[in-house]
Amino acid sequence: MSTNGTVLDSKIPAGPLADKWDQHKFNLKLVNPANKRKFNIIVVGTGLAGASAAATLGELGYNVKSFCVQDSPRRAHSIAAQGGINAAKNYQNDGDSIWRLFYDTVKGGDFRAREANVYRLAQVSVNIIDQCAAQGVPFAREYGGLLANRSFGGAQVSRTFYARGQTGQQLLLGAYSAMSRMIGAGKIEMHARTEMLDLVVVDGKARGIISRNLVTGKIERHVADAVLLCTGGYGNAYYLSTNAMASNVTAAYRAHKRGAFFANPCYVQVHPTCIPVHGDSQSKLTLMSESLRNDGRVWVPKAKGDKRHPNDIPDSERYYYLEERYPSFGNLVPRDVASRNAKLVCDDGLGVGETGYAVYLDFRDAIARDGEPVIEQKYGNLFEMYEKITGENPYKEPMRIYPAVHYSMGGLWVDYNLMSNLPGLFVLGEANFSDHGANRLGASALMQGLADGYFVIPATLGGYLATEKLDPVTTDHESFKATENETTERINKLLAVNGSRTVDSFHKELGKVMWDKVGIARNKEGLEQARKEIKAIREEFWQNVKVNGESEDFNLSLEKAGRVADFLEFTELMAHDALLREESCGCHLREEYQTEEGEAKRNDDDFCYAAVWEHNGVGKEWTMHKEDLTFENVELTQRSYK
Amino acid sequence: MGAKTINLTLKIWRQKKSDAAGNFETYDVPNVPTDVSFLEMLDMLNERLEAEGQEPVAFDHDCREGICGMCGAMVNGQAHGPESGSTLCQTHMRTFKDGDTLVIEPWSANAFPVLKDLVVDRSAFDHIVATGGYVSVRTGSAPDANEIPIPKVDADTAMDAAACIGCGACVAACPNASAMLFVSAKVSHLAHLPQGKVEAKERVRAMVDTMDSLGFGNCSNARECEAACPKEISVEHIAKLNREFASALF
Ligand SMILES: Cc1cc2nc3c(=O)[nH]c(=O)nc-3n(C[C@H](O)[C@H](O)[C@H](O)COP(=O)(O)OP(=O)(O)OC[C@H]3O[C@@H](n4cnc5c(N)ncnc54)[C@H](O)[C@@H]3O)c2cc1C
Ligand code: FES
Repeated sequence: MSTNGTVLDSKIPAGPLADKWDQHKFNLKLVNPANKRKFNIIVVGTGLAGASAAATLGELGYNVKSFCVQDSPRRAHSIAAQGGINAAKNYQNDGDSIWRLFYDTVKGGDFRAREANVYRLAQVSVNIIDQCAAQGVPFAREYGGLLANRSFGGAQVSRTFYARGQTGQQLLLGAYSAMSRMIGAGKIEMHARTEMLDLVVVDGKARGIISRNLVTGKIERHVADAVLLCTGGYGNAYYLSTNAMASNVTAAYRAHKRGAFFANPCYVQVHPTCIPVHGDSQSKLTLMSESLRNDGRVWVPKAKGDKRHPNDIPDSERYYYLEERYPSFGNLVPRDVASRNAKLVCDDGLGVGETGYAVYLDFRDAIARDGEPVIEQKYGNLFEMYEKITGENPYKEPMRIYPAVHYSMGGLWVDYNLMSNLPGLFVLGEANFSDHGANRLGASALMQGLADGYFVIPATLGGYLATEKLDPVTTDHESFKATENETTERINKLLAVNGSRTVDSFHKELGKVMWDKVGIARNKEGLEQARKEIKAIREEFWQNVKVNGESEDFNLSLEKAGRVADFLEFTELMAHDALLREESCGCHLREEYQTEEGEAKRNDDDFCYAAVWEHNGVGKEWTMHKEDLTFENVELTQRSYK
Repeated sequence: MGAKTINLTLKIWRQKKSDAAGNFETYDVPNVPTDVSFLEMLDMLNERLEAEGQEPVAFDHDCREGICGMCGAMVNGQAHGPESGSTLCQTHMRTFKDGDTLVIEPWSANAFPVLKDLVVDRSAFDHIVATGGYVSVRTGSAPDANEIPIPKVDADTAMDAAACIGCGACVAACPNASAMLFVSAKVSHLAHLPQGKVEAKERVRAMVDTMDSLGFGNCSNARECEAACPKEISVEHIAKLNREFASALF
């Protein structure tokens, strides 16, 4: 490992935790209202983070250019979030507070997140709900007309707000409507079906992007005073994941290759409740919201190879393994714990279904207790979705579920202002690394995306623009030309290989290596092997991939090829990061580092840091910078959900 | 889940560009497992075409779980295929029989020009929303969320309307290619909430005007939109829109 020991300045404000954000906002310089229209801001991505940022910056008076790969900003992957969004409103009077949400999130992240960021997140969470309700987001309500809540994803208080099973959709449509208002007002120029293919850096500062129009294939240059990446997560590195098909690492990885540091790439969340894999033609995995664990009970048969219909297996012969192993949290243990245990029981031969890689999630008892109408009211659309996909009725027999890759906690490194180490490059939402540590709690990604976009960036971006001296730059600048040339060359290179294997066949092969060796459980030997295999797949890709068609056209193979090529480089860094983190924490389970009871064993003495990687060229070793994590307000404890 | 497979013949609309002529091409797709989704079946065909050096069939898709509204095509004359209340990505091949012939075409409407094969340009929907499909509330100016209680029935009706995924199946299914169901879903969603009432009149006028100007047809109560809608949005919202529109004139 090469560590050059550069100290990263996370710019955490001084002062007591609870005052940091307010004091910081006061200290930040402001851009005069009349001057805001002189600044051009590029926002890449229109998910919760990007749409909320673009709308808010447009309202403030900045000129915004927004980009997304889908045909409309409303279709960003955030739309698929089901379960809900956390906020420390304490409307239920059940003991919640900003402090408790903060503490749960830091602990849930296994003490690998930045304390000050998490506290700020909990603070602004309450404003998010107000904002969304005012936009007309149809949150679930009680009969008295006030907002309803549920407990979610390992929380012992009910702080999750939801809109049936479509929370992400409704929040995104709220942000999209705010954004549409600014598009109508001429403050946002929208570029849909447009993919950012590179970042343009001028004099060490992010000053624009190179994009490709996905309909015409035209390569374009866009200049700005700051670039915001809100491009989501990299779960599709595993080929099969719950992410939408177009989710990718390209924007973040291109920025990384231009100098932006990547933090904790090995932290990937595997979600415990997804529909199991059915066969080779499978293209993606479907998440069943974990709110189902509020009422569903997870079990496997006690006897190996018990082929009876689940309804014929009596209680005494069922192993409710989460309830037995974790009596105080039961079926509501955090995601990493639930996923790992599902894998363990299946590895022990207790798994069910055709492949033996599934466990039951059973609503029999909840239906007997509350009646079918109550269960239908809560989960009707999820049950319907399950039935559509599997052809089985969960009111009558238990669901079969298995963990699947879902979310990436790692991402581009940012300071407290959400700025990367490249001045002028800001990173928001799932694309950054900052708030979830080694494991994200349920209903907190939506919260973070909207916190970043509605409330953090409007303050911190202003601070940057008001203090940084930005020379006038146009798209004729040498850096634009050079970066555009490199983009075109790369496209031509992809088209020129003209080998014999499809892009998808490489992606699938990569996904299998990642799932087997950089998945739920990892070990030194496997990770070293993974690095070698990824390198070999990458080499073959550039010798033997077949990309049909032309560049100046609507070309789906070419689109995919560019993204897979980036995954083939980036995954090596994921494996490398996992290899060097010789501890278990959150979702990162190293088989060598477990407690006697099989729980993750952290090593705070040696690994209480964010691993922040600098790119030195493809195939070269990265340089590691460490951001030491200091906890002044919470005590580091071994997580226990027993 | 069994390993049952079926053999299909596909007649697919191929069109290189907006301004190019298109035609149907016939493809045999053998051994399709009945557990795969409709789009995964198209993936199987595309894998083969790509390996043979031919251009894959272009189609839009992203979430593949019926929520992003990106996918959609006419299958044997039905928007999103034969299953009711379902997007194309959620339709599974167990719906079809061995030996079936499926005719697959893009949405057809003046306001949705074809870009390539099965892909159409639906940006007209975004233009309609940009003229009024929102509540004008600046970030940071909102009151406490519980300050305005909303009767549960109203919140639920608003949610029923807000479930629209903007896929365009309603337009494709309508004999007049009208966008009334889409527009009414947004108008009705916001008109049922106190937050949306303040601007209700301007909203409905602006959205209807924009819809008319973008080349969508008129609603003649054929109700095909409701039947095709993967989210089963009710035509009652069109009635609501008509009431809102009438009251906006005074
Ligand atoms: C099935 C599912 C359910 C979930 N449920 C929940 C939940 O209940 N609660 C919760 O808190 N979280 C949930 N999550 C997580 C949460 O939805 C995501 O983490 C979050 O929505 C990410 O938002 P984002 O704005 O960062 O990115 P995204 O919504 O992923 O948006 C990315 C945007 O970037 C654009 N983009 C990407 N690359 C490029 C490029 N190169 N050029 C141009 N544009 C580009 C895309 O077009 C898109 O607009 C869920 C996730 C999944 C997959
Ligand atoms: S792909 Fe998203 S709705 Fe079908």
